[in-house]
Amino acid sequence: MTTAGTTDASPLLEVAGLSVHHGQLQALHDVSIAVPAGQVHAMIGANGAGKSTLLRTIAGLHAPTAGSVRLDGRDITGLRPERRVAAGIALVPEGRRLFPSLSVEENLLVGASSRRTGEWSIDAIYDLFGWMRDRRRQRAAQLSGGEQQAVAIGRALAANPSVLLLDELSLGLAPVVVRRIYATLPQLAASGMTILLVEQDVSQALAVASHVHCLLEGRVTLAGPPAGLTGAQIEAAYFGVSAASNGNGDGSPPGTPASAGPASVAPAGSVPASSVPASSGPARQADQPPGVHI
Amino acid sequence: MTWVNAVIQGVMLGGLYALFACGLSLMFGVMKVINLAHGDLAMVAAYIALGVVTITHVPAVWSFVLVVPIFAALGYVLQRTLLQASLNRGVITTLLVTFGLSVVIENALQQFLSANSRELNIGSLVSDSFSIGSQITIAYLDLAILVVAVAVLLGLQYFLSSSRSGRMIRAVADDREAAQLSGINYRHVFGIATAIAFGTVALAGLAYGMYTQFDPTTGTTALLLYAFEAVVIGGLGSLWGTLAGGILLGVAQQVGAQYHAADQVLAGQLLFLIILVLRPQGITSRRELA
Repeated sequence: MTTAGTTDASPLLEVAGLSVHHGQLQALHDVSIAVPAGQVHAMIGANGAGKSTLLRTIAGLHAPTAGSVRLDGRDITGLRPERRVAAGIALVPEGRRLFPSLSVEENLLVGASSRRTGEWSIDAIYDLFGWMRDRRRQRAAQLSGGEQQAVAIGRALAANPSVLLLDELSLGLAPVVVRRIYATLPQLAASGMTILLVEQDVSQALAVASHVHCLLEGRVTLAGPPAGLTGAQIEAAYFGVSAASNGNGDGSPPGTPASAGPASVAPAGSVPASSVPASSGPARQADQPPGVHI
Repeated sequence: MTWVNAVIQGVMLGGLYALFACGLSLMFGVMKVINLAHGDLAMVAAYIALGVVTITHVPAVWSFVLVVPIFAALGYVLQRTLLQASLNRGVITTLLVTFGLSVVIENALQQFLSANSRELNIGSLVSDSFSIGSQITIAYLDLAILVVAVAVLLGLQYFLSSSRSGRMIRAVADDREAAQLSGINYRHVFGIATAIAFGTVALAGLAYGMYTQFDPTTGTTALLLYAFEAVVIGGLGSLWGTLAGGILLGVAQQVGAQYHAADQVLAGQLLFLIILVLRPQGITSRRELA
């Protein structure tokens, strides 16, 4: 397992100062992450923290209002999604999003539309998921959730990406199925693939990733190798509350960055917990003074 | 026996309706575009064929060799420019743009080519026929149109299910965003689908021009409505449903006409209303393409 020195290598995927708006709502605030080649990084965070938005922006489905996405040093911020696939980024979207009327094999063949070459032929994907070859003529809509997730991964692999983005693999799946799906990730990482995954199941993310980033309300609140993070740190970064702030949290991480060991607690919140009113932050329920009725 | 004849004539008329409707069905199935200019485009094809015949003196029957590729190219360009721009602005915009196209085309045809009725002259072929027994007479042209319609639908079905482009069209129809994430430029795929739809509408326009007289308003007054009814009766976005819908509509009209000549159109509309009430999803319930 890697320890601290992961940021030394030049990153394969680099997100710098990324801000994304959904209409009036700002989903990401100045997010920067760097994923070196061949590593597995995980984004964790609560519902609505901006994890999926980050992956979708990297894949090109959202246009950022500020910041850039670089792949192997090349700025791809302006590329359409299909061009990013050709450049080497493949996203397994949340909810799997297979083509329901297409067969398993057709789904994989569509995944290979970008015509990138590499080790992931259709045959290689069948070898990775043993059951798939025998059922390749079945419609995707007839598969179970876990099988659909495997086909979704296979479809992304068929594009022979250098960076694989995985959005909520475990969503709606039984724990045993989730374990089986996650068991394939080390094989992908061993093939040299760079993986950035989003996961609500923190223990799953910590188990598989060499580096964890925590998002809270669109800001990176914590980043580091899992070994260097304490449960309390993660909890604070995840929920945005510390014992001291007593429900008056303004979205900042707990004010103890010095004790974090190899992990860096990002100053993304930028306002220390002690420095009062959260007027600059987005409004949250906890910020509303009592007695205000709308 | 006269009723059997009515049904047979209806089936053949249904082939013409199905030929009209399949382009409409394809564009809706892939892009969710309701092309209100569909009937007028068929008329444009017929007028172009008229011009081609006048200039080159080739028999009208062969005009499709030139007109269909022209229309396919026109469809691709129109999709990548005007229709894509309207799609980016929302469904209502697309509907209004195709409605505008319809008005522009119809008035341009009247302005430049007059409101006179025309026909594509195919000589004696228009009336040649053979008889089965004493009551049933089948015109070669009607039969040929039905055969072309079935062949087009078979070919389209084969293309969609077996070719790489067809697979991409189905993928984009299923989930446009997921298709993008698989490396597909959906705008190009939309262009291909529209090119095919325009090719079929050109064929339908030529068939109609040989079948009967047309003028600049025929596209909206007759063709668009029947094409819509065939699509809705058959089930939105289903190609075989479109064939079935066209044939049912044709049979209803011919049987109605057999009952009383003035009831031809009424019988078709009644069938349409009955289907809408009893089975609004159409007689084929499958929602996907092909």
